[in-house]
Amino acid sequence: MDNSVDLMRRRSLLLGGLAVAGSTAVLATSAAGQSMQGHDMASMSDPEQLPADPYAAPGAHEGGHGQMTTVGTVDHQQNGFDPTAMLTEWDVGTVSTMDDGRTLRTFEVEAIDKEIEIAPGVVFPAWTFNGRVPGPALRAKEGERLRIVFRNYGSHPHSMHFHGIHSWRMDGVPGSGLINPGEEFVYEFDAKPFGCHLYHCHAFPLKRHMHKGMYGAFVIDPDPDLHPEYVDVARSRLLGTPENARWQELVMVMNAFDTNFDNENEFYAVNTIANAYSQKPIRIEKSRPVRIYLVNATEFDPINSFHLHANFFNYFDTGTTLTPTLRTVDLIMQCQAQRGILEFSYADHEAGMYMFHAHQSEFTELGWMGMFDIVEA
Amino acid sequence: MTELAPSSNASSGLRRFFWLLAPLLVLAIAVAWIAAADPLRSFNNGAPPVEAITFERTVLNDGGIQVQIRAGGSEDMTVAQVQVDDAYWNFSIAPAGPLARGSTAWIDIPYPWVLGEAHRVKLVTNTGATFEHEIAVAVPTPVATQGQLLQQAIVGAIVGILPVAIGLMFYPAMRNMGTSGMGFVLALTVGLLAFLLVDMTFEALELAAESAPVFQGPAMVILAALATFLILMGISRRGGRPEGLALAFYIAFGIGLHNFGEGLAIGAAFAAGSAGLGTFLVLGFAIHNVTEGIGIAAPIVRQKPPLWAFVALTLVAGAPAVFGMWIGSLAYGTQWSALALGVGAGAILQVIVEVTAFFLRGSGRQGQSWLSPPVLSGFLTGLAFMYVTAAVIKV
Repeated sequence: MDNSVDLMRRRSLLLGGLAVAGSTAVLATSAAGQSMQGHDMASMSDPEQLPADPYAAPGAHEGGHGQMTTVGTVDHQQNGFDPTAMLTEWDVGTVSTMDDGRTLRTFEVEAIDKEIEIAPGVVFPAWTFNGRVPGPALRAKEGERLRIVFRNYGSHPHSMHFHGIHSWRMDGVPGSGLINPGEEFVYEFDAKPFGCHLYHCHAFPLKRHMHKGMYGAFVIDPDPDLHPEYVDVARSRLLGTPENARWQELVMVMNAFDTNFDNENEFYAVNTIANAYSQKPIRIEKSRPVRIYLVNATEFDPINSFHLHANFFNYFDTGTTLTPTLRTVDLIMQCQAQRGILEFSYADHEAGMYMFHAHQSEFTELGWMGMFDIVEA
Repeated sequence: MTELAPSSNASSGLRRFFWLLAPLLVLAIAVAWIAAADPLRSFNNGAPPVEAITFERTVLNDGGIQVQIRAGGSEDMTVAQVQVDDAYWNFSIAPAGPLARGSTAWIDIPYPWVLGEAHRVKLVTNTGATFEHEIAVAVPTPVATQGQLLQQAIVGAIVGILPVAIGLMFYPAMRNMGTSGMGFVLALTVGLLAFLLVDMTFEALELAAESAPVFQGPAMVILAALATFLILMGISRRGGRPEGLALAFYIAFGIGLHNFGEGLAIGAAFAAGSAGLGTFLVLGFAIHNVTEGIGIAAPIVRQKPPLWAFVALTLVAGAPAVFGMWIGSLAYGTQWSALALGVGAGAILQVIVEVTAFFLRGSGRQGQSWLSPPVLSGFLTGLAFMYVTAAVIKV
């Protein structure tokens, strides 16, 4: 069985090879009009990166980007956050029980000015929540009482504006929870609706406060008891259940940085560090399904997008439903602050490197590109 | 007395040496103190350092794109990342590490550039500042092969040597001219030289503006022109006022420097791919420069110089165009072209002064004035001819 498949593949490769050779010959002659001495682009590929056999798998270090990449490495230790660790890092706060028996979940968040290395050698004067960009990925359960203690140690007035349901007093806009440097504010509201949300500073000028780094994911898991018709789905979404543990959950905040302050971004990324996941692919065990909490915090560009290679996924826009809002797609768009949940599986795939990136080529080539390293497990 | 004299001489020499040394010593102490105590510290307002990068050379070949940059920051600066056409690209920089103010580095980008199309190279420094350089039309940068050099020499000869030779062929016709005809021709020469002076000065200033700030381009151009003018005046006036063949050679020299500049410009345009060297353009240059030969011939119409003098005059005035082509096509930093053009402008100014003096001496004898119709019309014809033919060659 295995042998015959192998033989089939080889034969089709041979045929394909012939076809390719034929078409290359045609191309070679037709391209002569665009060639000239001193313009031999074949030598442009790094021989280390481009194997002689185009069917050979790319090396793990190479990330499938060819020469299109930032150069060097970022000092994650110095930054105080690592993009790989960030993918699975949830801030669940501290839990206590209120007098009425409800769960009270308390988060502590500080606004801090901090210089961070957003690409190898490029230092950006960021405004951060808890010293990291994106800020901590807050996670709670539907119906809990949330208390967010916010202290402003930055140099400008800041706030936390949550995308959720709450009173105007807790909205984090000027006049309700926007605080000066040195001050403290406690936001308090119920965790609803369940879904994949975000919070961000809502001080003005908004563009500047956003692109300086003041945003983060805010995920509310559905309470299975409240969704009897989709109890299994809800349980798989609820952090801490065995059903949820089966999933490989990743939080990805699409962001960008305008390093020269001309209202256009120089670097695009997921979780801040340009090319982080193409240089260090994300390890995925192929037998386990993948769920991505995807948030678009990109400033200046009206939309961002996510494209998965060689696979399709189900999409839950804003994550507020337990059935997909889009089925079997390989690309979704998100406008600024739009977010959603992607679910997919590589169980039936050949193990190897699978790319994902924004399908705006410009963003891809300015750093928003990564790889999944699908491994047998 | 006689024995004392040398020792007092020696002590006065020592004293003079001390007074020469004292201010330098104070300067050294001041520099050391300012560096150590940093009295400007209180002005430090947390602003990032000023950064400046000038792109001096661009080379495109089989290996991709190579650019030479010159740093001009208030502190050492570091190129952190390189974009080509809004894509981060692999690159290497030599020398690696921070760039001191005024120092240069080569950046090598293995980018598959597209023949005949535009590309933009953008450098991102460690502070996130960006510096952009446009490659308007991507063509392989000429390399100094024998074939290339020969082709460029031919173009240089057509642009520089041929028109001067043709202009000088008016010499026999000019010999039969009367007084007013002579006045016309000399005034025509001054007119064309005046055009060249204006043209070269602006060209030099334009190039100077593109060059790195450390060279202080415009000041460099003006000072180079002034220095050249003074040196040439000093040399030419050593043996009295230049006349005849000597004056013709000074004119040829000044025009030669101008043609060198023209060669540089054509070569640079060739290297940058911004000008396809059309036949039309080359012919335009040739016609534009014919008057140069007439100008060179003007001072010698009353003499009978040997034939070799004509050959020498042609080469002095025309051959620099060939060298200009060669150097310009290798895409050197614009500051060197600006400097060459500044020197040329000074040389042109010198011949304007000398030709005018030569004319005035003759006109004094013959009762002609600057405002007589033949002279004025000669001057204006010279200007107008150069201006109109220049319209063809400006791209």
